[in-house]
Amino acid sequence: MAGTALRRRLIWQVAKVSAVTVETASVRTLTLDVPDWPGHQAGQHLDIRLTDEDGYMAERSYSIASAPGEPVAITVERLDDGEVSPYLTDELRTGDDLELRGPIGGYFVWEPEDGGPLLLLAGGSGIVPLRSILRHRDRTGSTVPARLLYSSRTLDDVIYRAELDQPASGVEVIHTLTRDQPPGWSGYARRVDAALLAEVAWPAAAMPLAYACGPTSFVEAVSQALVQSGYPPERVKTERFGATGGT
Amino acid sequence: MAIMSPVSRGFHRRRQDPAENAGRVPPGQYVTKDFPVLSAGPTPHTALSQWTFSIGRRGQEKTWSWAEFRALPTQDVTVDIHCVTKWSKLDTAWQGVSVDTLLELAGHDGPFAMAHCDGGYTTNLPVADLTGGKAWVAYAYDGQPLAAEHGGPARLLVPHLYFWKSAKWVRSLELRDTNDPGFWENYGYHIYGDPWREQRYAGD
Repeated sequence: MAGTALRRRLIWQVAKVSAVTVETASVRTLTLDVPDWPGHQAGQHLDIRLTDEDGYMAERSYSIASAPGEPVAITVERLDDGEVSPYLTDELRTGDDLELRGPIGGYFVWEPEDGGPLLLLAGGSGIVPLRSILRHRDRTGSTVPARLLYSSRTLDDVIYRAELDQPASGVEVIHTLTRDQPPGWSGYARRVDAALLAEVAWPAAAMPLAYACGPTSFVEAVSQALVQSGYPPERVKTERFGATGGT
Repeated sequence: MAIMSPVSRGFHRRRQDPAENAGRVPPGQYVTKDFPVLSAGPTPHTALSQWTFSIGRRGQEKTWSWAEFRALPTQDVTVDIHCVTKWSKLDTAWQGVSVDTLLELAGHDGPFAMAHCDGGYTTNLPVADLTGGKAWVAYAYDGQPLAAEHGGPARLLVPHLYFWKSAKWVRSLELRDTNDPGFWENYGYHIYGDPWREQRYAGD
């Protein structure tokens, strides 16, 4: 399968923003009308390019938030010192043009035939490609059992909260809130570590397939813990972003 | 062929690179002071007692233990690095063994190399891009042993190409007659990866 997903040349094209969805105070989902989209796999990303009046260009990569077959969407977190993300979250409106190309990447992807059980580990906006995987699972009628462990700072920082509160059959969603918890919170309230994973993760004997996405420190911690608990490294796919990864 | 990029309504440049950076940042890149980590899988941790480095054609490799490798002549290099995910980092300081030194000692030649790494990662490079003082097997960064998440105990350092070519956790350079795609090259990334020609993806 390697290499079959992406052989056509990736050409820049101009998409139109068809909807802007407020996810949290700092996160927006941009749904895009892409005239010539070749299709994508759940977990891939795309490049966007902004051009100012002087011809200056800035490029960044964003994970695709929608499932294959759905309109292309990206979910962007505003990083206040960034150059691109504040524009995407605060300035861009329905009807605006947005130059992009993609899809990109072919390793951090899931198809129903890859099986499971699925263990999805999200730190902050690392939820975005995992949400695409969950939607793809649902839309294809897959019955592969899936667990999502999602680490956020506070409840207000949870992206796709309403959607994740109504998981599809066979999907369990487990939250941990690391900074602040609302009164009566009964979920986890600490950073994901080996002890927490021992309670939540499928046992290695179940031959699970794990996808971890988030800040480097989060992905390093969870991927090491999974390997130490017996997950084969090749069954733990990772995508990391540093502090500057999505600005 | 190329479309005219439309002006992004309301977009204004926020990053102004200082004048001394002029000519050092390839197209589509921005300068970061952080050192982001991007890897497709868990970080491997190979004990130095188990670590070896090999170079040569398959079955004819010259192999060094960690102690033997560290006894080789080393170089200090300060270079700019450019990741395909758009960040560039200027003036990064490394210590390592020049691939010229390794090839000279191995006594092998060949037009192409495949780097093999702990964790199964591979990447392909022309040998011409590994020789002539352009590439190192680096084991220290900023005066410290190279951290595992950045590729320690040793990584390839080929700063004139996009940084996925600077393979982390490198364990061998296999010399070949053919330029076969490695890991990311198989997933649609450019076979060569020159940041100055913005060769990010196949066909660029």
